[in-house]
Parts: sequence; structure tokens; C-alpha cells
Amino acid sequence: MSTDSEIERAIHENHPALITYLTAGDPSLEETKAYVEALDRGGADLIELGLPFSEPIAEGPTIQAAINRALEAGTTPERFFELVDDLEVEAPLLVMTYYNMILQYGSGAEPRPTESDATESRNRPDPEPFVERAAEAGLAGIIVPDLPAEEAGPLRTACDDHGLDLVFIVAPTTNGERLDRIMSRASGFAYVQARLGTTGARADVSSATHDSLARLEEYDVPKAVGFGVSEGEHAREIVEAGADGVIVGSALIDIVAESETPVADLEAKARELKGGAERGANAPEPEQP
Amino acid sequence: MSESTFGSYGGQYVPEALMPALEELEDAYERYVLENEDGFMDEFRERMRDFGGRPTPLQRADRLSERYDCEIYLKREDLVHGGAHKLNNALGQVLLAKYMGKERIIAETGAGQHGTATAMAAAHLDMPCEIYMGRTDVNRQRPNVYRMRMNGAEVNPVEAGRGTLKEAINETMRDWATTVETTHYVIGSVVGPHPFPKMVRDFQSVIGEEAREQIKERAGRLPDSVVACAGGGSNTMGTFHAFVPDCVDPRFADESSGRRPRDEDVDLYAVEAGGSSLEIDELEGVAPNSATLSTGTDGVLHGAMTKLLQSGEGQIMESHSVSAGLDYAGVGPELSHLVESGRVTPVNVDDEAALNAFHRLSRLEGIIPALESAHALGHVEEAHEDLGDLVVVNVSGRGDKDLETVLEETEKRDLEAAPDVEVFDS
Repeated sequence: MSTDSEIERAIHENHPALITYLTAGDPSLEETKAYVEALDRGGADLIELGLPFSEPIAEGPTIQAAINRALEAGTTPERFFELVDDLEVEAPLLVMTYYNMILQYGSGAEPRPTESDATESRNRPDPEPFVERAAEAGLAGIIVPDLPAEEAGPLRTACDDHGLDLVFIVAPTTNGERLDRIMSRASGFAYVQARLGTTGARADVSSATHDSLARLEEYDVPKAVGFGVSEGEHAREIVEAGADGVIVGSALIDIVAESETPVADLEAKARELKGGAERGANAPEPEQP
Repeated sequence: MSESTFGSYGGQYVPEALMPALEELEDAYERYVLENEDGFMDEFRERMRDFGGRPTPLQRADRLSERYDCEIYLKREDLVHGGAHKLNNALGQVLLAKYMGKERIIAETGAGQHGTATAMAAAHLDMPCEIYMGRTDVNRQRPNVYRMRMNGAEVNPVEAGRGTLKEAINETMRDWATTVETTHYVIGSVVGPHPFPKMVRDFQSVIGEEAREQIKERAGRLPDSVVACAGGGSNTMGTFHAFVPDCVDPRFADESSGRRPRDEDVDLYAVEAGGSSLEIDELEGVAPNSATLSTGTDGVLHGAMTKLLQSGEGQIMESHSVSAGLDYAGVGPELSHLVESGRVTPVNVDDEAALNAFHRLSRLEGIIPALESAHALGHVEEAHEDLGDLVVVNVSGRGDKDLETVLEETEKRDLEAAPDVEVFDS
């Protein structure tokens, strides 16, 4: 379809794709830079960077804690973009953040300290300045967990104007007309949420994954599965079930939070996950029952 | 499908997994609430009468009237079962969940009044119920925690952030995103994604409908002003909704009800928590107030575009009020719209003035108000000369739950209206 999509090209050329997530600024932006480069070396084909928001309602405890650490470390949108400016990696980069962060960037909306100026008009929130800056920094796409397709009009327009993909999430509860609506607006890839709930590493692959991928079969957009993926074996299973990519976040954050050698461990983890995905792609066709 | 926004506010900014549940809820809201399918609204009204204790009185406050040299009427929502207006909405939503075939109820609570009302409604209608409550609020609202437990609800303390309502809402949304197929989330105010702000307002609008009829009966005319406190804004919208068309501005005249713009406006005052100061500590990300309508800026939080206490970069601030029930960094989108369009005037009252009003009403009228309502009464004390000759104040809840806080906060201050609290130590 949209051959000018850097993200779709990366998925097709590196099929099956490994998509990794890290929260930018956890525990510092300098360390994030080293971690992203390690994931790139380890075989990540796309890298999502979280721009931290104080109310991450779609995240589980692991990413919520990472976001808190990043905010404590003073991560701001401007410093986030400076990190992206500095990064030299092969994998295209996406920003994952909540809609309020996108709306406030460059809006000039300052908190008003006194009642006396309460009636002054001020700039309406607008997603365009954020998208413009994201494009300038070289980001290839945007994922917004609290922005369903119905509310995405202004951001979709801004992304189209600046050549960025807007990735939509498809949940196990998404069906019928809504699925058509989302898939007709999706670009880059469809983020297939493997299970209900919030993000977080799990010990197994949800059976909902297979159902979700089956429902999406007819749509000509790459499908990547996330929520709960933590091991090479999960990646294998998901690709074998028909996914074009796997998305891993919390399992990498666990390494950031706990490892004494995070750079080496992140690179190794990426290799393990990519290896699992490739095994899934090379698996013999399942026998028809 | 009903409109999901109020002017530029409202909408549905939620994770994709919740969207089908919002569609299902919207469908149920339109059928059962708006069209009374299967006699839903008849059953709701009957249960509000028999279980809830409606209608509540509109009482003339004789000594306040004397003090301010005008007629002050109190809408006594503190006399609703459970001690606050919250039951109007909780009973409505739990009953709706039952009609929808849901199996489980979850809710968040700040001061504990909504949690208590939801736990009572769930017990009354035999539904399992879990309540999320910030750790700070658990500690400062212990009587309500006990009441929820006694009504059979699980109470889950939320440790994140400052442990207040904002964090409790985040956690309840996470639960809902996991259990959405079987669970209904009873949002406690006119906040959140569409259709919650409209649905909650409709369940609460009984307050203003009763008050409007009662004041006409008692005083022979509509009031000059209606005053209600605003945290998320559920008692505010419930009280104001019936009065919004009573305005010369044709934008707010309700043609469908046959009411015409009146010769005089009914002024609507939303009283927010001024906390200790309206100054914002940008460095710490803290607003020592909860005056969202007065000082907030537009943004997206908890499913809706509305006014928020936020930094210039979009991080939501920790808010503050001596009243746990007002301590929230957002506000209902319809209220944001009514303020933006000039129909509702936002004002604020600081912690100290609210505490004084708490003691004053207790002493002068024999009514111990919730600290939330004390903010509304504080505004009447400060601004009665601007409110006209006939004023309705919504007493949204009773203050039993706040006694510990009030004693503690009173001891720290020299309050003109307070009794000598040292006698409690002897």
C-alpha cells in the first residue's frame, strides 16, 4: 500500500520484525541512548520510545514505574526530541505517548497562577506542533494508547502532512465496524493487543492472540502483537500464528531496572527475541485438521 | 447517537479495549435512561424514593438568612441515604449495570462518599463490588472505608502518586481494561469518557429539578443565584442542569421544554477548592488547590477533553484541598463548557474559609455539612452581597466523615467560627 512508509518498509524487509519499547529517560536520557543502540545492534527492526506522561492509564506496573523514574529524572518533551536528534540507529523510531502530551507541546498553555487573569483567552491545544517537531527529529511514527480512531482526526491530518505513520491499537474486544474503521485508518502497522488489560510481561502467550490475528487476516496492513511478550519462544509462537512482528516492552524495562549489565543484556535479549521470531517464520506449515 | 461533546469539551479518549464497552453503555443509556425501556427510570425513581429517601427538603436557613439579610435556602442532599448526593448516581448506574447483564461493579472514590454510595447500591441490588481509593484518602476518610466494608465491598488502597482521587481513577481504569466484558465501572462524577458525563448528570439532575419546583412553591419565583461546590462537578451539574435554561442568553434557553428566556437570569456559581493558595509550584508539579475551572487549561485526562491542572508540558499536577472530595486535577467537560461560554461563574474558597463555614453552619443551623459543601457555604459568606435576595445553596453531603480532618485542621488555625476544640481532649 503506502510504500512511502518507512515503518512498513522496515517490517517487510526484516520480516518477521522485532519491535522494542523503552521509556525514554529511564533512568536517564544518556542511558536510554546506550540502551537503544544496544537493541539496534541486537536486531530490533523498529524501536518505540515512550515519552513519559504522569497518568499512564494503559500501562501495567512495570512501565508505570519506568515512567515515574523518567519523570523523576527530568525527562521533558524537548529533551526527548534532543535524544532522538542524537540517536544514530538503523531501526526507524516511533514515539509512544498519551494524547495530552501531544496536545500541549508548543500550545503555550501555561498554568495561570491567579484568578485575576482567569478570563484571558489562550491557545487551543493542537497536535500539529508536536508532529512537526517529531518529523524534524526523524521519528517515523506515533502510537497513542488513549486515542481511539474516532478521536484521531486532527492527529491523523498532522501525521499525513508531515509524513509520519499513526499506529492504531486493535484490542481483543475490537470487532465488526470498529475493526473496519480502525484498519482503514491504520498506517505503519496494526498494534494487536494480545490480551485485555494493561502492558506487562507474562509467562505465556494469550490464546486471544490467535483469534485476533485470524480476524485481521483480510486487512493489508502489517500486524504486530504486543502485551505480555517476554521470551523468544513467545515470539516464535506469535509469528507462527501469522503475525508480521512482535512487540516487547515490559521484559526490556525489567532488564533496565534490574540488570547490572543492562547494555549487554538488552542486546542479548533482542537477539533471543529476534531469533524466536525467525524460528516462527521458518516453522513448517501446520497440518490442516 | 447522542453528541459526545459539549462545545469543544468531552469526547472519548480511552484505550481501544474500552471503546466497545462505551458503545454498549451508550446504547444502554439511550434505551434505559433516555427512553425508559423496560420501565428502567420508573424503577430507578421508585428505588430513589423508598431506598434513597427522595425527595430531599429545600430548607429555609433562618439564621443564615438573618446574617446575610437575604433569603437563603438549603437543598438538603445530606439527607439522601448514605449522607450525600452520590447515591443518586451510584444507584442509577448499578441498576443500569444490572439491566445490562453485567456481573461485577468497580468504582473509584476520593472522599469515600461515592465508594460508600456504590457499595450501598451494590448491596441493595446484590452485585459484587470493588472500590479503589488512594492511600492518603483511605487514611483521612476511615469511617467511609469501614462503611464500604460493612456493605460487603472490597476496598483496594492505591499507593501511587499522592494517593488521592486521580490515582484511584487510573487504577480503576486499569481494572476495567482487564475485565471490561463482565464489569461495569461506576464513575463517580460527571467526568470520564462519553456517555458518563451526560449519564451521571442525568442521574443527578433530580437535585435541581426538585429544587426548582420547591423554590417556586416556597418563594413564588426562581432564585437569583444557585451555589454548589465543584470537584469533579456531579452535584454542581445535578443542581445546575434544571436552571441552565433560566437565562436571558438565548444559547442556554431550552426551547424544547417550553420554557422561555426569563426577564432575569438565575446566576450559577461553581465553588472550587482554593486550597492554601492559587499559586502553582511548577517545579514540584503541585497545585496547592483544586481550582481547575478558575485556573486550569484545556487538555485530555481520564477520557475527556476538559480543563485541567497541568504543567505547560502536559503533566498533570497533584492538586490539594482540605476536602478530599474536591481534591481532583480535572473537572467535568460540561462544566468546563458552561464556564467557557459564560453560563456558569467559577469562584473559589480557600481551606480556612471552608473550615469557618463548616463550623458556622453547624453552630447556626444545626447542620454539620461535608467539607465539600462548606466551600459552597464559604462563598455565600464571602460574596452574599453579589448573590441577590434569593439564594439556593446545595448542601451536597453531611460532614460526619470529615470530623477527624476538621478537628485536626481546626487545631492548626485560629478560626473565628470554630468552637474551642480543646474540650475534646479532656
